[in-house]
Amino acid sequence: MIRFDAVSKAYPGTTRPALNSVSLEILKGEFVFLVGASGSGKSSFLRLILREENPTKGAIHVLGQHLNSLPNRKIPYFRRNLGVVFQDFRLLPNKTVFDNVAFTLQVIGKSRGFIQEAVPDALKMVGLAGKSNRYPHELSGGEQQRVAIARAVVNKPAILLADEPTGNLDPATSAGIMTLLERINLSGTTVLMATHDAGIVDQMKRRVIELITGQIVRDERQGGYQTQAVPTQGFGSFERETAP
Amino acid sequence: MRLGLILGEAGNGLRRNVSMVISVILVTFISLTFVGAAILLQMQIGQMKDYWYDRAQVAIYMCTDFDTTGNCTQTEATPAQIEAVKAQLESATLAPYVEKFEFETHEQAFKNFQTQFSDQPIAAFVTPDTLPQSFRVNLFNPNDADVLIESLSGSAGVQEVADQRAYLDQIFAVLNAASATAIGIAVLMLIAAVLLIATTIRLSAFSRRRELGIMRLVGASNRFIQTPFILEGVFASFIGSILAGGAIVAIVQFFVKGVLAQTLQTTTTLVGLSDALIVVPILIVVGALLAAASASVAISRYLKV
Repeated sequence: MIRFDAVSKAYPGTTRPALNSVSLEILKGEFVFLVGASGSGKSSFLRLILREENPTKGAIHVLGQHLNSLPNRKIPYFRRNLGVVFQDFRLLPNKTVFDNVAFTLQVIGKSRGFIQEAVPDALKMVGLAGKSNRYPHELSGGEQQRVAIARAVVNKPAILLADEPTGNLDPATSAGIMTLLERINLSGTTVLMATHDAGIVDQMKRRVIELITGQIVRDERQGGYQTQAVPTQGFGSFERETAP
Repeated sequence: MRLGLILGEAGNGLRRNVSMVISVILVTFISLTFVGAAILLQMQIGQMKDYWYDRAQVAIYMCTDFDTTGNCTQTEATPAQIEAVKAQLESATLAPYVEKFEFETHEQAFKNFQTQFSDQPIAAFVTPDTLPQSFRVNLFNPNDADVLIESLSGSAGVQEVADQRAYLDQIFAVLNAASATAIGIAVLMLIAAVLLIATTIRLSAFSRRRELGIMRLVGASNRFIQTPFILEGVFASFIGSILAGGAIVAIVQFFVKGVLAQTLQTTTTLVGLSDALIVVPILIVVGALLAAASASVAISRYLKV
């Protein structure tokens, strides 16, 4: 589903790469947490999957596409298979909940009939069936994030990327969002979630990939946010294990 | 569905940027009016060349009692000298170039002069014998005037051999300068228009950057994202070029056909409405192309993936 082969990403003007020879594979239907301190390369990782950036070195395959050689004009069509959720929701303030979700489908050219069916379904799935005519500023943070999730999954993407989706929410609301993401995962969508929320990661017991200064230091099935097994030195030795 | 959406987006952009759109309309209007005026002037020059070069003659002025220039020594050209020139015009060397020629006597010259300058005081001071007799020669090819000038300038009793096109070339030089000026101003204004359109589109894109970000994220195609902006630019410049076209037609109708035609009467041909109607579509196409090009360049940085 997602495969990184010795991927490095260095931004111009910096000496230390954002990602340093990262290799990993994420399979269909997995739920993966991406943890690590700020600046550890989580966002670069997600941006590379979205093909917002090209890697400096190494090869990236997503959904059977070799992203390095994907021509620019095909990127939009590739992205239609991905859903993205952000910490700051990124809703359009002048559109209603329904229109925010419908906008995604409109701009990729879906028919009016399809939109009339798919949008209420997605809103029902995230538990906002009765609020389709509200505006984002009338909703709570948790509800806004649910709208964003509805927008991300309305087109039934194969992969859902979530960049700290609970970063702005209280624990109870976060738990609701996690239940929702879990349900989306159960329906077959691969979910990749970058987070700082230790409680959530510990509770969910899913695959955890930890990044420190651009390198994978840990890749555990059913891991927690932190592990005592990892010594403070010799991070590099873990890289080999993760390579398929 | 999609067309409606794209048009709706373009309409939103235009509404949000009304003042900028108006300035784009005005600048394209002015610049394209200058472009149109330059084209009209070139058409006018072309028409005048066609008209006058056909009528342009080579004049062979014979001496009068008052001339000291040329081969004259203040004596009237004798009938023998006139006959000699006439014989030369009919000779085998010159005849192939000459379409026809006629001789203008003092009296005819005086009559022409009186009608041409009837409303000017100089007409009162001229007497028939101060105006030279002349041969008026029409050539098959006006470019051969030099042949006549060379072979006849030295003949006895000839004051001057003048190619009338020389006078016309001065007029054309003035008209050409005017049209070059119009083109220069037009180019400057067009640059301003292009930059203004680019700025307007950037502003419009900036005010919609959230939508653009989401569009790119969910996989809207580049064409879908940029078309509303290009339409915005093209729409604004389209209105400007329609106005410019209207201005050109108005200039021809009221200034050229009204004022100029009245003043010049029938002395020359002037551009007409049919010429103006050729210019209008040119202006519209030029305006639309420039707007589309500058808008698509301006929006391209928002499309980088």
